[in-house]
This record gives sequence, C-alpha cells and structure tokens, in this order.
Amino acid sequence: MTATTDQYVGSAAPAVTGVSTPRVVAFLAMTTALVAAPFFVYPIFLMKALCFALFACAFNLLIGYVGLLSFGHAVFLGSAGYGAAHSAKVWGFAPELAILFGTAVAAALGVVIGALAIRSKGIYFANITLAFAQMAYFFSVQAAFTGGEDGIQSVPRGALLGVLDLRDTLTLYFVVLVIFLVGFLLIYRAIHSPFGQVLKAIRENEPRAISLGYRAEQYKLLAFVLSATFAGLAGATKALVFQLASLTDVHWTMSGEVVLMTLLGGLGTVFGPVVGAFIVVTLENYLAQLGAWVTVVQGVIFVVCVLTFRRGVVGELGTLLRKSL
Amino acid sequence: MTIFGVPTQALFGQLLIGLINGSFYALLSLGLSVIFGLLNIINFTHGAQYMMGAFVAYFLLQWAGLGYWWALLIAPVVVGITGIVLERTTLKRLYQLDHLYGLLLTFGFALIIQGLFRHEYGSSGLPYAMPGELAGGRNLGFMFLPNYRAWVIVFSLAVCLTTWYVIERTRLGSYLRAATENPALVQAFGINVPRMITLTYGFGVGLAALAGVLAAPIYQVNPLMGADLIIVVFAVVVIGGLGSIMGSIVTGFGLGVVEGFTKVFYPEASNTVIFVIMAVVLMVRPTGLFGRAS
Repeated sequence: MTATTDQYVGSAAPAVTGVSTPRVVAFLAMTTALVAAPFFVYPIFLMKALCFALFACAFNLLIGYVGLLSFGHAVFLGSAGYGAAHSAKVWGFAPELAILFGTAVAAALGVVIGALAIRSKGIYFANITLAFAQMAYFFSVQAAFTGGEDGIQSVPRGALLGVLDLRDTLTLYFVVLVIFLVGFLLIYRAIHSPFGQVLKAIRENEPRAISLGYRAEQYKLLAFVLSATFAGLAGATKALVFQLASLTDVHWTMSGEVVLMTLLGGLGTVFGPVVGAFIVVTLENYLAQLGAWVTVVQGVIFVVCVLTFRRGVVGELGTLLRKSL
Repeated sequence: MTIFGVPTQALFGQLLIGLINGSFYALLSLGLSVIFGLLNIINFTHGAQYMMGAFVAYFLLQWAGLGYWWALLIAPVVVGITGIVLERTTLKRLYQLDHLYGLLLTFGFALIIQGLFRHEYGSSGLPYAMPGELAGGRNLGFMFLPNYRAWVIVFSLAVCLTTWYVIERTRLGSYLRAATENPALVQAFGINVPRMITLTYGFGVGLAALAGVLAAPIYQVNPLMGADLIIVVFAVVVIGGLGSIMGSIVTGFGLGVVEGFTKVFYPEASNTVIFVIMAVVLMVRPTGLFGRAS
C-alpha cells in the first residue's frame, strides 16, 4: 500500500504508521509545552482549550479522513456532558465512571445518528447531522434532567479512582492532559491504521473502494461512531472541569465552532485541530467582553479561511516546510 | 364544538399559525432550492438575508417614511443586490472546489451579518407596524381571521406558484433547468451562464428578503429572527428534496400545518416534529420526498 494523494488537504503522509520525524518532534514539543503551561497560564483556560482540542480532533477524524462534514457535532459534546454531569451529581458516580458513562452516551447517539446520516453525502450529510443536533437541542431544552436553561450546575469533581483529588486544579489539569493525549494518540492511531487507509480510499473514490470489496457504509459508520465517542470524551471531561453541563454545548453554534477550529487549524492535518482550538479559545477569551463582536470575528475567520487559507495554519506551515504535519 | 376533544377554535387557530409558518418555510426553502439547483451551494446566509429584508423594511419606514408596500418592493431588490455583490466577489471563486466550502463561506457571512446587526440593535425586537389597509380581521363563523395573516398566506402562495411557473413552464426557466443539468453545454449555446448564476443567487436572496418583510409585522424585527428558523428550513428542504421547486412549496406549507397540529395534540413535540419527520423520510427515501436520485 502506498501513500494516498491528498486531493483535498495537505500532502501525502507516510503510509500506515504515519510516524515521521517532524511529527515526533511536533508531538514532543506539544507535550512539553502542555506539561509546562499550567505553571505560566491559568489552568482552567488551558483545560477548556484541551477539551476543545480533543473535540476538534474527533471532528477532524470525520471531515479530514472520510470527507464528511458534520454540522451537528455539538450533540455529542453536549450529550456526553449531560451524561457525565447527571451521573456524577445525581447517581454519585466516581469521576472516571462519570466520564465513561458520558462517553458511552455520545457513542450510543453516534450509532443511531450515524446509521441514519451515513447514507447521505456532502451537503445532505451536513444538513441531516445539523437537523439531528437541533432535535437533540430541543429535547435538552424540555427534558427534566438537563435542567433546561440552567443546565446541571455544581457537578462534583470527586476523586479519580478514589485516590486523586480532582478539586485540586493542578491535579485536574494533568488528568485532563492525560485524557487529551490518550484521545489524540488513539485518533492518530485510527487514522494511520489500515482502517484509516480504507477510509481515505472511500473518500477518494467510494465506488472503487466498494468494488474492491470494502463495505464502505460500515467503515463510514465506524468512523462516525469513533468521532462521536471522542467528541463525547471531550464533552464529559469538560463537564467535570467546569462542573457544568449546559445548553450552550448542544446548540448548533457549538457545532459551527468546532468546524471553525478545525478549518482554521487545517482540515485533515494531525496537529491542525489542536492549534485551531487553542487559537479560537484564546480569541474568545480576549473578545468575550465585546459581546456580538465575537460572532463577527468568527465569521471573518471563516470567510478568510475559505477564500485564501484553505489548508489552515498547520496545513500551510506543512506546505512551507514540505513536511506533513 | 370539539374535534378529538380539542375545541375547534384552538384547532383552527393553530392551523392558521401553521399556515403562516408554512408560508415562511415555503418562501425560504424555495429560495434555497433555486440557489442549490444552479449553484450547488446550500446558502447558510439565507436566514441572515431574511432578517436583512425585515430590517430594510424597518429602515425605510424610519429614515425615508416609506411604508409596508414600498418595503415589499424595495427590500427584496436591495437585499438581492447585496447578494449579487456577495456572489460576484466571493462565492464565484468557490465553484471549482468541494461544495462544502460554499456552505462554510455562507455560514461565515451569516455570522458576520448577524453579529453586526446584534451589535447595533441588540437582541430584543423592534416593532414594525402593520399596514393600515390590512389591520383588523373578519369573523368566519368558526374562527376569527386577521386580515394580515390571510394576506401573508395568499401572497406567499402566489409568489411560490409564480416562481414555479417561471422555472417549469417558460423559456427562461428552461434555460435555467438546462444550466442546472449541464452548464458547459448551455454556455456553448451562447447563453451567459455565469450571469444567470449571479441573477439566480440574487433572486433566491430576494425571496428570503421578501419573506422577511412579510414577517416584520407578525414577529418583531430582530437580528436573530433568521438564525434558528434557517435550521428548520434546512430540514424542510431535505424532506422536500434538495433542488425540487414544487417539493419545497408543498413540504413548506405541509410541514407548517403539521407543526401547528402537533402544538394542539402533543405540544411537547412541536419543536422536534419536523426533525422526526425528516429522519423517517430519510430512512424511506434518502433523496427526500420530491428529490431525484443523484
């Protein structure tokens, strides 16, 4: 099997393993920076960025490697948040179980929505996922356990495995960092496995992949469920970090935001979603007091990216260095 | 008098509201369909352009003293021209690329437009007076029918059917449909396809603005009036089948009515019923009720 030509994004990556020197260097640099960061930057802000980075990586699995644009990924982030928050607060689950439960909720939703949406492509797929997400949003507004407009507040963080007290911010930060890195590496592994190669083959030419004997729908569904699961992991973690699960995370604007992060960072690049998430979260942090301008700035980034910058920050950097990041 | 244990007053009242919402669904999904047919782009800015239509009507009244009837004429043209500028300067660069980029670009424009209006006018609504000629209403015996609402239903139905007639039954429409099928060949016959694309986009956007003017006296003029509505309209378009003109009109009105009745019989589901129908339709017919197999 040789490297595929990336018609849409980036340039050819080393086949199957995907491990190359620039990537190893980039990964080590990222990890070092993230380990050192909480001693210089406000940890809660970093944790927020990490959750969104994982969310964007999960989203990128679908758009970057299967070519499917989901405009409803907020549903997985939000539902997992509700699942984790509810199980931790009402049922008294330990944090690790609450996160697992929230992730499982998102995965289950991923199976249902994926099975219905995966038969369509392109714009249809975007519209359908958007509609399902909106359905989930209205459900969350009305259902009793979500707390409606208030959300589920003051979720207990508890102690991880009964040992690590998560009320300590720095401890929590490193737990979140580990969750992020595990998620990041698993997604990386999935993309660069034979499974990932089949996904790319389906993206490039679906009828041909089918004629070679691959069950394209099953592969796409599995990719969708994986993406939903990791988005859920991000959402469940985020709920514990902020001790809050709210409607914001289910609303379609959140689905738009993850598209923005991934597009800005670079569709189909390994590190792009992480970079995009950090940029967007930082921007929002600084622009928060400006109200409606946040939306305007987001819109401008979309327009500029689409018109001039389609490879995203990391994609352009990769082209500049002639390395696949 | 009751039907299925529901007072007829309430039933007809919700039917009326359903038809009103259906009018907006139909006008908006018609515009989306026309644009999609030729440009292959889902115009995410549509909701913002609907809102702009309502705002132009409001500005005309505030600044120029021009009332509702002038607004009905001028707003679609003004907003249509902004759409044409948008298409000429940005959208046309994306036709060679994956269609998803068009979706992302128009999504960006929607965010910019809504953000700017929200910054300027806040998120509370501005009142827009009903035209004097259409104030009041009449008693039909079984229900009270406000004149303005009757006008909205009749007028939007007329606009929808005219559009359908022009596209399906005239020479201009046949060029349009031919260009949808094979733009290169139509261009070879000496028809200016890029200009046709531009004008089509302007027309679709104008329809959205027209819906905005119609909506202004009923709902208030609000920067976010199109933001959530457009998501429902996307579902309507998917149910009807993307690119199908009659499909948009029929499903637009039909789903409005279904939604109205759901409010009577099972209010909890009234927000979600359209999405549930969408899921069911997709299971049975992935291309929508009136869509052609791709």
